[in-house]
Amino acid sequence: MSDLDTLYRELILDHSKHPQHFGLADEDGVHATSHQVNPTCGDEITLRARVESDGDTIRDVTWEGSGCSISQASASMLSDLAVGLTRTEARELIDGFREALRSRGQMELDEDVYGDAAALTGVSKFSARVKCAMLAWVALEDALARA
Amino acid sequence: MTSTTDTALPTPAPTLDVARIRADFPILGEQVNGRPLIYLDSAATSQKPQQVLQAEYDFLTHANAAVHRGAHTLAADATDLFEDARTTVAGFVGAPAEQLVWVSGATMGLNLLAYAFGNATAGRGAPASARFALKPGDEIVTTAIEHHANLIPWQELAARTGAVLRHIPAHADGTLDLDAAASIIGPRTRVVAFTHVSNVLGIINPVDQLIALAREVGAVTVMDACQSAPHLPLDLPALGVDFAVFSGHKMLGPYGVGGLYGRAEMLDALPPFLTGGSMITTVTLDTAEYLPAPQRFEAGTQPVGPAIGLAAAVRYLEDVGLDAIHAHEKALAARMREGLADIPGIRLLGDAEGSERVGLWAFDVEGVHAHDAGQFLDDRGIAVRVGHHCAAPLHRQYGVTASVRASAALYNTADEIDELVDAVRGIRAYFGVES
Repeated sequence: MSDLDTLYRELILDHSKHPQHFGLADEDGVHATSHQVNPTCGDEITLRARVESDGDTIRDVTWEGSGCSISQASASMLSDLAVGLTRTEARELIDGFREALRSRGQMELDEDVYGDAAALTGVSKFSARVKCAMLAWVALEDALARA
Repeated sequence: MTSTTDTALPTPAPTLDVARIRADFPILGEQVNGRPLIYLDSAATSQKPQQVLQAEYDFLTHANAAVHRGAHTLAADATDLFEDARTTVAGFVGAPAEQLVWVSGATMGLNLLAYAFGNATAGRGAPASARFALKPGDEIVTTAIEHHANLIPWQELAARTGAVLRHIPAHADGTLDLDAAASIIGPRTRVVAFTHVSNVLGIINPVDQLIALAREVGAVTVMDACQSAPHLPLDLPALGVDFAVFSGHKMLGPYGVGGLYGRAEMLDALPPFLTGGSMITTVTLDTAEYLPAPQRFEAGTQPVGPAIGLAAAVRYLEDVGLDAIHAHEKALAARMREGLADIPGIRLLGDAEGSERVGLWAFDVEGVHAHDAGQFLDDRGIAVRVGHHCAAPLHRQYGVTASVRASAALYNTADEIDELVDAVRGIRAYFGVES
């Protein structure tokens, strides 16, 4: 597989064409919304995290925005993955994701932990695209800190 | 490849020996992703010829010393080289040396002007500085196609002074609406700031008409020449513009240096922006008096090596010849247009019929984000810019957040343009978008 094909895995193109959890859920219960912009290309995401009444478990993650296939797929994959996680689990997930993406191809995302999002491993070789993949994850981190 | 239609495509003027030019740019021999580099991002930053690198190296190895101070031999040599560089770069835009202020780049030059106008508004400067003072209700006019560097400093100046910022709109084809300009530029207009060539559209704007409109109402004119200086012969005094800025690194020169040109009476009247060493005559603990232009605007240590490098860059451009460069790049632009316009799903931004252009095109690939398109091209060794190119409002007008921009310079070949077109043809299929 060429480097380009490891970046644009079929799974990534599928998610970007058929994004999951697209469209913001109602603002009810414990929730927060984060708006993030990638200043180099103007891509944007608005992501809403809602938390269960226990105040700790993520009820759902919904989002809308526009951007490249990497940023759209990443948001779609993350919103699948985050449901049911505790705040601590989510934070660990985001930290691990950031570390792998910044590793310049040295670290791989574990498919057992990251599910479809493990397909984003290839992004770490393309430092100009790390921000695209991180956009939704930064939004979730921000939303959870304020929810 | 497009060899079957080669004879019908615009071919660059044979007067330019591109092979010889390319030999002066070591980086053009690089491989990217296993393919020969095709560098089509010169509007962001140009590559630099050996002669420019050598000029900086020679200065640093034979003459480096602090300029305009010290009496030793190296200090005198360095000062001579630095001031010779000013004469050379000023001459490149048709001006005498004292009308060329060194700045770090166009952004710095435009901010210098906006802050100096603000200082004039605060009552600073000589009596003549009052001509730049703004009051609430005065109008600053820019255009809808500006780079953020020629927009945000004016937004800030308007906010500080109570002046109103207005914008000359652009037609859908990217040309400026001159009828609107004629009605917007009026008795309240104090400053008209515009780009010579948009870094997104590549169209050479009818700046003489904007200058004439501004002159009628006594407004100060400011021109962004970043995308014209490397590509067109410029005679700023003949054009009659009051101020103009350009960035060295976009015109074969080093980073960190550029020029601010001003008409003599304008520079003489302008209060300083940055203050400190090297720009004063007498200083007491409470007050200071300032040197005339250009030194009044050059506080602190100057980018001496880069200025000498920039002089070598403009000599290089002059040796090749700006008319020949323009003809070459115009033909590359026409070839790019013919190739790209035929591809389903490609929309060229600013495709104005019969407009004079430099060698760049920005385009949208339907169904594929610019970042993804640029990544695909990079895989083939083709370097283009993706994003909003620091012109977000203009992209909004075209209904996109980002575009792909291919920008050529004197060192690009017709074959490289054909490789670009061939690669662009494969983008939508790769990303599974129906054509």
